Amino acid sequence: MTALLHISGLQKRFGARLLLDIPQLAIAPASATVLTGANGVGKSTLLRVLGGLEEAQIDAAYWCGQSVRLTPYASVLRANVLYVHQRAVMFDGSVETNVGYGLVARGIETGTARALVDDALQWAGIAHLRGSRSVHWSGGERQRVALARARVLRPRLLLLDEPAANLDGQAREQVIALIPRLLAEGSSVIMACHDRDLIGLPTVQRLKLMDGRLALRGTVE
Amino acid sequence: MTLIDAVAAAFGLLWSGDAGLWRIVWVSLSTSLLALLVATPLAIGAAYLIASRTFLGRRVVIWLTQVSLSIPTVLIGLLLYLLLSRHGPAGALHWLFAQPGLVLGQILIALPVLIAFMLAALQGADPALAETAIVLGASRWRVMRTVLQEVRFGAMVAIVNGFGRVISEVGCALMVGGNIAGDTRTITTAIALETSKGEFAQGIALGMVLIALALIVNAGLLRLQGDLR
Repeated sequence: MTALLHISGLQKRFGARLLLDIPQLAIAPASATVLTGANGVGKSTLLRVLGGLEEAQIDAAYWCGQSVRLTPYASVLRANVLYVHQRAVMFDGSVETNVGYGLVARGIETGTARALVDDALQWAGIAHLRGSRSVHWSGGERQRVALARARVLRPRLLLLDEPAANLDGQAREQVIALIPRLLAEGSSVIMACHDRDLIGLPTVQRLKLMDGRLALRGTVE
Repeated sequence: MTLIDAVAAAFGLLWSGDAGLWRIVWVSLSTSLLALLVATPLAIGAAYLIASRTFLGRRVVIWLTQVSLSIPTVLIGLLLYLLLSRHGPAGALHWLFAQPGLVLGQILIALPVLIAFMLAALQGADPALAETAIVLGASRWRVMRTVLQEVRFGAMVAIVNGFGRVISEVGCALMVGGNIAGDTRTITTAIALETSKGEFAQGIALGMVLIALALIVNAGLLRLQGDLR
């Protein structure tokens, strides 16, 4: 099967330090990958490189078998790959403004966009945020808005940077619960996280980042 | 003339609709707003570029912007005078002792304040904000609009400061405008002139109008700024 994203020879340096040195990375369609590793090892950097927010040296990259560039970031990647920050940033305004931001940016017609936003609000369980401003939302609500804001664009690949790292209890459960549903809808997910967040996910490819290298730690059923 | 007499006479002038007085007010307000209208987009563009790009000499540009806040307006007036005087490099424009010269001076006075404050506002924004917009597919323009929207409180502080600086400035307006009655006589240059003649009533009346203008304009900007709570 053709990989959704295939990258070979990825290197990222900060000064003299080689932070990432990854000979091969392949992400299958509709697959879940979990990226673990100690803090500061480069999990976020790897996701940011894949999401087109940071530059790295890359020998070759393929999107669905087509050769693509990550610098400048190919438009097919921008349209299909979506990075979500660890602490999701909200735009000042309503939940509709936030969730609909990408739709408006992509020039989706207003009526269609509104229906898609409604659907995304239901999906993420955040319809109760209607009529309130983003400054008043809790951390868990913000993460769910961020996931709805990403999901409404139907990305083929989602890069989630420790989506539940700053949450606990019910808020954490609510965010984690959305991830299998993204997979069920056909998106691939790469999620940087700690082992405890694996709970509840379906078949997952586990990658551990250590000393700049990725090691496959098996598949959890 | 006592202070009370002067204030009473000032109210009399304002109340009677003294044409000369309101002409001065109009010159001040229109030139200041025009200068802001030109300077603000330039400052937004410059500050956004400085804040969002990495380039050689960036820190030097920031340093010079902040240094330019300390340049006295009379010095800007002097430089413009030399530039615009009949035999100066831009003498052919005939902008000296005319409103275009006055406005140009105010633009140059407003720019450093606007850029420095806009830059401070933009630098304070979470970098993840622009990144989120980019990731969601926003064009460069939309990213810029989104970021400016988020830092509008700081951006308005910049504009308020820019307005305050140009409307209250006297040195450059006097040197480049020439304080010509009915044309380049502004509130501040008129106050300076009237006071030197011992005519306090008009000076006080103009001072009151200046403060009233500041109240109105700032109230308008405050509305635009919105409340973050």
